Amino acid sequence: MTPDDGPAQPHDREARDRAAATKLKVIDCDVHHALASPRALYPYLAQRWRDHLDRYGHRKPTPFVSSSPYPKTAPALSRTDSWPPNGGPPGSDLAFLQEQLLDRYNIEYGLLHLLAPSGMDERNQELGAALCRAINIWQHEHWTQKDQRLKAAIVVPGEDAAAAVAEIEHWAGNSDFAQISMITHTIEPLGRRRYWPIYEAAVRHGLPVGLHTSGFNGHAPAASGWPSYYVEEQHIVALSQQALAVSMVCEGVFARLPDLKVVMVESGFAWVPSLAWRLDAHWKRMRDEVPHLAEPPSHYLRRNMWYTSQPADEPENPEDLRQIIDWLGWDRVLFATDYPHWDMDNPDFAFRCRMSEAERRMIYAGNARAVYGFA
Amino acid sequence: MSRHIVAAVGEIPPGGRKLVTLNGRDIGVFNLGGEFFALLNRCPHQGGALCRGSLTGLVTSTTPGEFTWSRAGEMLKCPWHGWEYDVRTGQSWCDPEDTKVRLYPVTIEPGERLAKGPYVAETFTVSVEQAYIVVEV
Amino acid sequence: MQGVAPGGIDCDLHPALPGTAALMPYLDPYWREQITVRGIDGLDLASFPPKIPANGRADWRPQHGKPGADFERLRHDALDGFGLRAAICNPLYGVQAVYNRHFATALATAMNDWMVAEWLDRDPRLRASVVIAPQDPAAAAAEIERRAADPRFVQVLLLAMGEAPLGRQEYWPIYAAATRHRMPIGVHAGSTARHATTGNGWPSYYLEDYVAHAQAFQAQLLNLIHEGVFAKFPDLRVVLIESGFTWVPNFMWRANKTWRGVRAEVPWVDRPPADLIREHVRFTLQPADAPPDPADLARAIDQIGSDDVLLFSTDYPHWQFDGTDAYPAGFPAALRQRVAVDNPLATYPRLRETLA
Repeated sequence: MTPDDGPAQPHDREARDRAAATKLKVIDCDVHHALASPRALYPYLAQRWRDHLDRYGHRKPTPFVSSSPYPKTAPALSRTDSWPPNGGPPGSDLAFLQEQLLDRYNIEYGLLHLLAPSGMDERNQELGAALCRAINIWQHEHWTQKDQRLKAAIVVPGEDAAAAVAEIEHWAGNSDFAQISMITHTIEPLGRRRYWPIYEAAVRHGLPVGLHTSGFNGHAPAASGWPSYYVEEQHIVALSQQALAVSMVCEGVFARLPDLKVVMVESGFAWVPSLAWRLDAHWKRMRDEVPHLAEPPSHYLRRNMWYTSQPADEPENPEDLRQIIDWLGWDRVLFATDYPHWDMDNPDFAFRCRMSEAERRMIYAGNARAVYGFA
Repeated sequence: MSRHIVAAVGEIPPGGRKLVTLNGRDIGVFNLGGEFFALLNRCPHQGGALCRGSLTGLVTSTTPGEFTWSRAGEMLKCPWHGWEYDVRTGQSWCDPEDTKVRLYPVTIEPGERLAKGPYVAETFTVSVEQAYIVVEV
Repeated sequence: MQGVAPGGIDCDLHPALPGTAALMPYLDPYWREQITVRGIDGLDLASFPPKIPANGRADWRPQHGKPGADFERLRHDALDGFGLRAAICNPLYGVQAVYNRHFATALATAMNDWMVAEWLDRDPRLRASVVIAPQDPAAAAAEIERRAADPRFVQVLLLAMGEAPLGRQEYWPIYAAATRHRMPIGVHAGSTARHATTGNGWPSYYLEDYVAHAQAFQAQLLNLIHEGVFAKFPDLRVVLIESGFTWVPNFMWRANKTWRGVRAEVPWVDRPPADLIREHVRFTLQPADAPPDPADLARAIDQIGSDDVLLFSTDYPHWQFDGTDAYPAGFPAALRQRVAVDNPLATYPRLRETLA
């Protein structure tokens, strides 16, 4: 990196024009919309739940009333230039999101992931189910119906599988919803049987399951205990995503549901090869414990899972990233910005390694088009 | 190279900044206690609009648990990924040798001299009674 | 000897304690009586059940008793079998997981006495890690002081999955004592079950628990770095034992990236985490978690960016490989001498001095 401001830098105007001229369409697999105010869901909630939220609020297995357990590095976890000029938190203003993300980067589709509230990590599960329904109506009315580039996820209260399946059945077939989403910090690892009805419903309706790192389950984020700093916790969420992948593979979710598609969101992808090698090496010694796995674990990691690119790994030698993708498969990586969050990736800068035009098209749009079945 | 009059000295107060476009380049001009610095408004990391970032102090430490906070408002934090840059040098804190933001020479010139040219005063009339911030691009 | 450079040093060997009864000669009367009247036994860590095939290679497994419990077998299979010049014993018994801190401390002392009498005194090639009870850091530091007089104790042993992350200040008396006596901190795989083995709760299978150690080690590294342990103890070395190492490159990339944006939270971390890892952290060879394509392994080792960080280990009697070649396919031949001899000698000054 140099302070050079010559024409090779994508942010020069000429380069920007050139990029626009090539018309590289982008499918952004991680866009965060947000509630304009905590009461934005009230029109879709019964009076009982409006009163409940006014008095008791959201109760999760976390220490603070409204702060994250690990205060983030920026307000609302967001780019400081992403606060809409007309007010509200980052991601809450459709027009500004269109201007700052969709129009600017030639986004063909943006896959929405609402982080808060999630519904799923409410300790009151009945409230959780009501919130999920409200979130889905709100997403439909305020986002996907207003901009057809935006595709929502059916947000489900996954700790109560029956309620989650009911939510899926309610929305399935509506093309505004491109996938099902659950939090990833779940009470039990996501491969466990209590979640299987959700995966069965996903396969039944041909919907991928998008698992964006999020949520609270009361467990220490790592087996080593509670970290002290955000700089740790921000990295540890990717570690728990690795454990999630291990669970889904080892429990045999993919062996039983070969058509299930899982998209791992916001955990990067450079960890996949080494985790796969480790899993395979120890599976060979302990196959008798998991006889339901017909294939080595790495098979499922490359057959049933896709991985969004952000936060883009930045190897000391940028070309190392190519080897990671070579092993993983160029069809496995889906570009994502994570807009408007502080650790977002700019499509022009996310990958510092060489890529052929064909590879670029796959990662920036083609792979997502195939996974989500976009025309 | 050309020299551009970007503001009258009083227009950018201490701790303030002005964003300008000179020869097609977006540049931020900062006033640190009466000294002026001009930086390219683009983070070399992922292209964030660096000069729209927060100005913070510099925090260092000699031992865990001890925080030394100094140089209030002299570090510019990219609005995207939070990388810190020294407004005086353009150097990033995390990688000072290899990751720097371009600095442009700034001078303060009396209006009397500027009236004679050859300078580019983009949007305003130069008054002989005032001093001006001139950036060379 | 094939597989190990001449005079190789095995940095992870597991003599097994047959049971609590074997510690009786080394415990004081109160604890002997407690163990007897309460019938306390079976404190093997659930992370390493002796009967699981992975925890005892078939050709190293005795007909009776636990793998690794028999001295003659260990001498024959490991010390002679690999032609070792020296080997560091890391006994795994559940001392670190006992909730009663006084009992844990008594057990730790007894484990070390047992190690001296029944292993170290029987073969001059053997060295050991000091077993401590981190439940009581002051007592743990005292145990390190007590063992420091015996040069055959070369390292301090902790587990990867404990009560609090290992960088926390409450553990610093342990690191102060260790650095005073030039002992690295060896962090071995193993859970005390204080927390679920993953951040997503308890998995169903042993296979998952074993694999999950890689994530626990990574979280420990983050904590050791960001709590400032290496800033506070610039001479400290941490050896991750039985952690795997192919995850290290991508861990470094991510840790560096996060630090660049968030470092003001931990200003004592004044250089990229990858630099701190290369300077302060070492990894044992087994399990190598090697990829099927040898070129991928060579690339991963190259990406770690330092030839100093890997230490030879067999993990005897655990079953990580077959035969006598402990190096996985693709391991660079040029690194073998370094990993088997030079790096262990550089990492363990007390070992270096007693071999001189």
